[in-house]
Amino acid sequence: MLRYVIGRLLTAIPTLFLIITISFFLIRIAPGGPFDLERPLEAKVMENLNKIYHLDEPLWMQYVLYLKNVAVLDFGPSFYLRDFSINELFAQSLPISIQLGTSALALALVVGGFMGVMAALRQNGPGDYSIMAAATLGVTIPNFVVAPVLTLILGVWLGWLPVGGWGGGAFVNKILPVVTLALPQIAVVARLTRGSMIEALRSNHVRTARAYGLSAYLVIVVHALRGAILPVVSYLGPAAAALLTGSVVVESIFGIPGIGRYFVQGALNRDYTLVMGTVVVVACFVIVFNLVVDLLYALLDPRVRYD
Amino acid sequence: MTDKTPILDIKNLTVDFETPTGPVHAVRGVDINVKRGETVAIVGESGSGKSQTMMAAMGLLASNGNTGGTVEYRGDNILGLPVRKLNKVRGAKITMIFQEPMTSLDPLYTIGRQLCEPMVMHGGLSWRAAEAKALDLLKLVNIPDPDRKIKAFPHEMSGGQRQRVMIAMALANDPDVLIADEPTTALDVTTQAQILELLADLQKRLGMAVVFITHDLGIVRRIADRVYVMKTGQVVEAGETGKLFSSPEHPYTRMLLDAEPTGSKAPVPTTQPLVLQAQKMEVEFALDSGLFKPQHILRAVDDVSFALRKGQTLGVVGESGSGKSTLGRAVLNLLPAKGRVVFNGSQISGKTRAQMQPLRRHLQLVFQDPFGSLSPRMTVGQIISEGLLVHEPGLSAKDRDLRACRALMEVSLDPAMRNRYPHEFSGGQRQRIAIARTMVLKPDVVVLDEPTSALDRTIQKQIVDLLKNLQRRYDLTYVFISHDLAVVRAMADTVMVMQRGKVVEAGSTEQIFDDPKSAYTRELIGAAMLTQQQAREIA
Repeated sequence: MLRYVIGRLLTAIPTLFLIITISFFLIRIAPGGPFDLERPLEAKVMENLNKIYHLDEPLWMQYVLYLKNVAVLDFGPSFYLRDFSINELFAQSLPISIQLGTSALALALVVGGFMGVMAALRQNGPGDYSIMAAATLGVTIPNFVVAPVLTLILGVWLGWLPVGGWGGGAFVNKILPVVTLALPQIAVVARLTRGSMIEALRSNHVRTARAYGLSAYLVIVVHALRGAILPVVSYLGPAAAALLTGSVVVESIFGIPGIGRYFVQGALNRDYTLVMGTVVVVACFVIVFNLVVDLLYALLDPRVRYD
Repeated sequence: MTDKTPILDIKNLTVDFETPTGPVHAVRGVDINVKRGETVAIVGESGSGKSQTMMAAMGLLASNGNTGGTVEYRGDNILGLPVRKLNKVRGAKITMIFQEPMTSLDPLYTIGRQLCEPMVMHGGLSWRAAEAKALDLLKLVNIPDPDRKIKAFPHEMSGGQRQRVMIAMALANDPDVLIADEPTTALDVTTQAQILELLADLQKRLGMAVVFITHDLGIVRRIADRVYVMKTGQVVEAGETGKLFSSPEHPYTRMLLDAEPTGSKAPVPTTQPLVLQAQKMEVEFALDSGLFKPQHILRAVDDVSFALRKGQTLGVVGESGSGKSTLGRAVLNLLPAKGRVVFNGSQISGKTRAQMQPLRRHLQLVFQDPFGSLSPRMTVGQIISEGLLVHEPGLSAKDRDLRACRALMEVSLDPAMRNRYPHEFSGGQRQRIAIARTMVLKPDVVVLDEPTSALDRTIQKQIVDLLKNLQRRYDLTYVFISHDLAVVRAMADTVMVMQRGKVVEAGSTEQIFDDPKSAYTRELIGAAMLTQQQAREIA
């Protein structure tokens, strides 16, 4: 098992290398540069800036330099937010996004899973139909609609929750963004769970469990759900990578200083290092969560072995 | 041992299923009772409602099923009880083993845990005590190396072993009634014999009542005290096993009994030319060939030779995994194989696809699964005449249609049905269509890969008779692959017994059946034929 994990992590290195290479040159192809403002800078100033940030060197030198820095986990200075290094920016914002994402993920798994199981147990009954209708709504209504509506009702009219801001990570500040982030995930998880749960409830081994008079808990949770959760796990891997690296929309609407907004800011301002930094972070998350999914699979299903 | 009062008494049971096309009456007023320590068999073909009767009694019907009547266990009705009350009985006093040993256990838990669950649930045992008892149960059902196997997962065991585990589970709480729903159908003959022996032995020792659901009359003869014969949801005949077999009253029972394959094939004169010869056939499959893994080579067929004269049938017998199907495909040059195959004097092994193409019409294949081997999107007429498009491209559409009609008549199907689609036909009819598809090309050699295994006994007999008639009429040469020795005995001139890719024994049918030389052949025959010997004793 350990060998497998180490092997997988080692194969991540060439993957990351490829991702860094491709995105490094891609962002350079885009016209404009980090210091091209509406009013052009003085030639001397521009020259100095380019020198400081090594932009005057040939592109391949810059590439080699960047690779060297990334190898020691130094993502360089931000070109736009000039007082900060990328590492400092991420150190502040990434934990916030991870917190939001993890909470949303947990909420989605618990609520969505529960709804899915309930719907499966009442297959084709009114309960099933209403849960599935709610799930369809959850998927179809975009979060930039959900967020303002929730803010309006719970924040402005009822005044129960703050309408925005991080508030140093206070619990009440987290509720609305987490719920907004989780809603579509809840819907997807509910649908997936329902589908695989219906199949599991019909399977022969669950029939055996029922024939042997096992309690509802043993039949539904122990024997049916454990197998039914597998497709949900494989969905949640990539979903977790996306949630934990922050959401542009939700963080912008609620004014949360997460990592999500850097995607847009970095790209628009040609902040090369910031764009590269986010790309590397997202890639790492995707790689790690895919590995986590595969390990979870082995944990849940004894037929999957990595020896 | 047998006590007069029934322990399980099913009275006027009905089962209906709500379907979009209206209700289906699966069971219509069935009365079945089982007395203490007795073995009762419920016999019938697929769709007769025999399984649904017991599923209803156990409260295991699909959600669209409705029941009527009563099922009394020790005088109390258990039909339609709320799950909580029903669970006091099922799994404790009435237990069940199922037809599908491969999927009836949860793949995610060790068999130890699954064995313990009902004991903890019903017997109030602690997990530790249950585990000790589970170990005893595994010993009781003769699982080798029980200390290790108790920690094994279902996928680490064979089908026979899994069925033993199911039996162990059924016995865990000292049940009064054990319901066995076709427990050996999915197993090889030798494994089947072992499981039956185990069940009979356990019943003798533990004294529970057994309800045995099966379509195999051989099994019934061997183990049952009383028999219920079911047809289209009703019991058409019931009685003591011996009496029922010696003087069946209902025509349906008689038909079932007559369906047992009998007779043997008339020998083919040695003046007939050799049609098919295979020499030193070998087929290898590379398994697990990863970049870093050593290649593991499975020799599926290992040094097999035979020769067939025109009009002869070679029976290839063996358990699953013995390489008999692979051999059938290799002979037709459908798989890369080593060795030499000669058809009508010319070598066909090693020929390319293009070189084989003109010969293909003479060498045909019929598959086991009549449901999977016909395209669901083509009409029967199209399916049958498709081969003609390739091999007689000059034929007009009208002539092709005519040939399809003739082929259908040859397999005793109404040619008017040629515009229908395969799903409108039953399994037996589909197998007839598959045979018509080969016959339309007027082949010389037909490889029949378990053509009757997926069919009920009565249908099986019809297909066997059809194949025999066609062989007589057209001097066909068959390679008949089967695990069913009774059918092989009725069909084949020569028999080849295969085990793990090798030929264990080969010879004329009488030689093999009357005087088997190898221990494996004796074991196979013993497992399959014991029933017939017992039948003679009873008669």
